[in-house]
Amino acid sequence: MTSPAKPIYDSAAHALPALSELRELRHYRFLLFQLIRRDLVARYKRSILGVAWTMLNPLGTMLIMTLVFSNLFKSVESYPVYILSGLIVWNFFSQGTNAAMVGLVWGGSLMQRIYLPRTIFGVSAIGTALVNLLIALIPLTLVMLITGTPIPLTVLFLPVSILLLTAFTLGFGLMLSALAIYFPDVAEMYQILLTAWMYLTPIIYPEEIIPERFLGLYRVNPMYWMVKLFRLPIYNGRIPGMAEILPALAWAVGFLVIGWLFFTSKSDEYAYRV
Amino acid sequence: MLTASDLSASVLASPSASEPIVVLEDVSVQYRVPKERIGTFKEYAIRALQRRLQFMNFLALKDVNLTIYRGEVFGIIGNNGAGKSTLLKVISRVLRPTKGRVALYGKIAPLLELGAGFHPELSGRENVYLNGALLGYNQSEMDAVFESIVDFAELRDFIDAPVRTYSSGMYARLGFAVATARVPEILIVDEILSVGDESFQRKSSDLMQSFQKQGTTVLIVSHNLTKIQEMCQRAAWLSRGELKMVGDPARVVQAYRENNQ
Repeated sequence: MTSPAKPIYDSAAHALPALSELRELRHYRFLLFQLIRRDLVARYKRSILGVAWTMLNPLGTMLIMTLVFSNLFKSVESYPVYILSGLIVWNFFSQGTNAAMVGLVWGGSLMQRIYLPRTIFGVSAIGTALVNLLIALIPLTLVMLITGTPIPLTVLFLPVSILLLTAFTLGFGLMLSALAIYFPDVAEMYQILLTAWMYLTPIIYPEEIIPERFLGLYRVNPMYWMVKLFRLPIYNGRIPGMAEILPALAWAVGFLVIGWLFFTSKSDEYAYRV
Repeated sequence: MLTASDLSASVLASPSASEPIVVLEDVSVQYRVPKERIGTFKEYAIRALQRRLQFMNFLALKDVNLTIYRGEVFGIIGNNGAGKSTLLKVISRVLRPTKGRVALYGKIAPLLELGAGFHPELSGRENVYLNGALLGYNQSEMDAVFESIVDFAELRDFIDAPVRTYSSGMYARLGFAVATARVPEILIVDEILSVGDESFQRKSSDLMQSFQKQGTTVLIVSHNLTKIQEMCQRAAWLSRGELKMVGDPARVVQAYRENNQ
């Protein structure tokens, strides 16, 4: 009897980790589906309203913001739509990146016992956030109908916006979760950073109030561009031009590539660290 | 009986004592343990600047050479901290060895510590699929074995209740049933056969034997030396990360006992 020439697994065969991870992820796609399902189903399992909370949550925030700020920002036409179109983008980003971080640390106890593709926690976290984002489009539509804001045809551009936002969030989330493995403090620091970051992004206030000398600073904020990609087609009824798409594309592709390479290059170490 | 459609089963049908299935060549695993735990950026940065980052290198496995053959029941013994779990971890792909090479010529099925990965709010049914997915199975593979899992775990009446309502025994039974639902090529057992009541223990040991008849290679880590002698065809003794002895279980166990006196 001869042994098969090629082993199923060979610890010494180092294919590019970034590429072999893609293959493993494909193999574990049923797990990906199961993890997303678990996160969606388990979160609201004991609540009476269930998944409806995914819609009520941004609606509630929008309502409060409108009550508090609509007087201040009188110049903004249909303020609820303005704020909601930015809020869903921000919620996706903050939920997705936080869940990616928590997911990897939670997965740590599993990674000590069985082999799993390390990116699966980050990817499933973003997947869950994506489903929530799609669900959150329903209350947005309702608010537009109720406030009598016409729904422009330009919303057909949204799949492109969603794609870029997802790519950016995944890359950022992977980077963040890798850091959080090495420095647990990152998780706490990130919460503060998120709050500051949200106020530095025009979500609740109109862009016009930004002093001109700070505009340069705003332009290096990736979330500024991501929010724009949603707000232009939803609220302004305009398809984003190259001037808006290119910066967003650069941030999205840049973070996705660097985040993926960084995360997978370290992925052999996680089981040693968590 | 094995079904013809079960691809892995046809591989298993002809166990051969001379066909390697797990090969370890000069495998070393080194844990890099910081002498003090550094958990903040600030501390890390300060120490890195002062070049005071001190690490202790701890060799959990030292140049281990080991070949396990298809169809064997192989036991691993040794004191606590000898590197038994680390050995299982490099074999089950959890850790990549610092040095050397691990090659697997078959699919590994780790006995996931029973119920690890269960979500308390989800029903037994949902958790079966989730846990199966964690073990690398897909939807149709899980559909095919779902009924037998429920029967084996004896949870037919409770399968749609959330597992937070389960007793610890029910929890463990369901975990075990999922992990052993499909005939594995290589089964890793890390000291877990002590769960459940007597009848369940008998059932799981029967199952082990039936796997073995179907050609599964079994790797057992245990402190129960009698069990190792009873079940295994060969055994290895690990001491402080080094392989002391490999061979006939009775002789390995005897040498280990003499050494410990």
